[in-house]
Amino acid sequence: MQSTRPIQTSVAIEDVTRLEERGPLARIVASQPFWVTVAVGLICVATAWYEPDTFPTRDNFFNITRNFAPIGIMAMGMIAVILTRGIDLSVGSMMALVGIATARLLEAGMPWWVGVSAGLGIGLLAGAVNGALVAYVNLPPFVVTLGTLSIYRSLAVVLSENRIIYDFGPGGDVFKEIGGGQVGFPWFDGGTFYLSHQFLVLVVLTCVFGFVFRWVPWGRYLYAIGGNEQAARLTGIPVDRIKLQAYMVCGLTTAIAALMLTGYNGSASNGMGRTWELYVIAAAVIGGTNLMGGEGGAYGGFIGAALIFLIRNSLIMFGVEANWYDLFVGLFIIFAVLLERIRGRTRG
Amino acid sequence: MAVLELRGITKHFGAIEALKGVDMRLESGEVLGLMGDNGAGKSTLVKIIAGNFPPSSGEILIDGVPQHFHKPLDARACGIEVVYQDLALCDNLSAGENVYLGRELRRRWGPISLVDFPRIFERAAELFKELKSETRPRDLVRQMSGGQRQAVAIARTRLSDPKFVLMDEPTAAISVRQVAEVLDLIRRLRDTGHAVMLISHRMPDVFAVSTRIMVLRRGTKVADKPIRDTSPEEVTGLITGAIASA
Ligand SMILES: Nc1ncnc2c1ncn2[C@@H]1O[C@H](COP(=O)(O)OP(=O)(O)O)[C@@H](O)[C@H]1O
Ligand SMILES: [Mg+2]
Repeated sequence: MQSTRPIQTSVAIEDVTRLEERGPLARIVASQPFWVTVAVGLICVATAWYEPDTFPTRDNFFNITRNFAPIGIMAMGMIAVILTRGIDLSVGSMMALVGIATARLLEAGMPWWVGVSAGLGIGLLAGAVNGALVAYVNLPPFVVTLGTLSIYRSLAVVLSENRIIYDFGPGGDVFKEIGGGQVGFPWFDGGTFYLSHQFLVLVVLTCVFGFVFRWVPWGRYLYAIGGNEQAARLTGIPVDRIKLQAYMVCGLTTAIAALMLTGYNGSASNGMGRTWELYVIAAAVIGGTNLMGGEGGAYGGFIGAALIFLIRNSLIMFGVEANWYDLFVGLFIIFAVLLERIRGRTRG
Repeated sequence: MAVLELRGITKHFGAIEALKGVDMRLESGEVLGLMGDNGAGKSTLVKIIAGNFPPSSGEILIDGVPQHFHKPLDARACGIEVVYQDLALCDNLSAGENVYLGRELRRRWGPISLVDFPRIFERAAELFKELKSETRPRDLVRQMSGGQRQAVAIARTRLSDPKFVLMDEPTAAISVRQVAEVLDLIRRLRDTGHAVMLISHRMPDVFAVSTRIMVLRRGTKVADKPIRDTSPEEVTGLITGAIASA
């Protein structure tokens, strides 16, 4: 019941002098997303210098941003969960389940909006199962979502009858446009600058989640729960309900990513999203979200996703074999946690 | 009529019997000093009154009406405010946010309601000033000293006008000057007709502000008498068991 915390016995003078309020600029510079942004900038400059003809092009920008968008979208919901000191390992499998289920409905001749609504509903439901087991049955998130990782994948495989589904029926055109479409913006040289729907959705979601995390009571409660769940409970915050909702939000963002990616690919396979939980959690952690809960933000997930995919893109450009890629992702995760540890130490 | 009355409160944690049938009455304008050795059951009693968990048996009456608290909010709705021994703060949030945790000041922004940080910081700063604490509302609790944390926990009880304030070891971690402020606050509460229950190991603090003293020993009430009828020596004897009861 009672948490133990070292309690200082009196007020030392440096307690009073050390704590000058830091300005907004100082806070930003001290934050992990800032340094990840710097890293992204440096990698861009280096790769552009090495490959001036292929890297700094509109096509490549379109491709990279399209590539990391689904991971970034899923990172938003994942961050909500991690803020409460939870984790969702099932997001990769959930993607496949949403993708296959939606594709089967479309294949059966359902209109696009039925398929999309069903997909989002399945995401919410899958998240609700995770959340209910964590919040109301009090099982550890790691174990629960490791279980559903296996369950959701299995359901996707069964539902797919081991086929890759290409035929999206009469609703297919709209469905493919939603996930695979692009928007052109007029550019200075008179040309057009294209951005994928997926990336635009990521930008919008990053703003929405950033806003919710910072200003909306629900968002603040995520931090409170991650900081001290017992205290949150004592002050009357509906901890269990909010945890459930966090997992549902994670299911929802996963479904959004799954639907868009399925539309973009023009096919649904039951292998979709395999090991993607790694990339989603990596994006969150590299962007400064603390796995111990209570710390992190939406922009961190955005820039974290950008970084891990930019690394892939750059490795390819530098001629490194693609098989080395996951090694770099792993190194970055460890490096990010190490950085967090070091910053935690200087913080005292 | 008693603001708070407990009848035959017991509490088991598995095989442990933390409270063995405690009766208690508290009127407004009273400060009850609750004393007892570690493990006597003081915090357990506080948590039952505060609605953290129900008693195994027994009754809680507020203003003569039996109440069943299922959660801390139920107790707060009955006018009970608590300073917990472990202070119940979120280290990763600012002092101001901690003060208002669970009852944030809000402002509407179109269809949604947002946390009104400017007003929270402003009001929290006033509360800290009232407590003569140099706590700054925007600082993270993680960076704070014991005294500043204590101020945050105590400031919470000032948000509403409670009938009854429970303080579990409110002076355990703070400097001498701040102890004086907390004791002043308790006297102010008493003089404005509030009922206060003060748990403390510090005999001088208890004798400085209490009107009545109650001693728990291994889950049983062994004394409950006006402060003028007892002495620190007697209370010490009651706590240790050198005196069986009084
Ligand atoms: N949540 C709990 N679970 C099990 N035992 C508990 C719990 N809370 C308190 N106890 C036990 O109840 C007894 C009384 O504890 P407590 O009320 O904290 O004493 P005090 O505050 O007087 O030091 C102790 O033996 C303690 O170990
Ligand atoms: Mg105690």
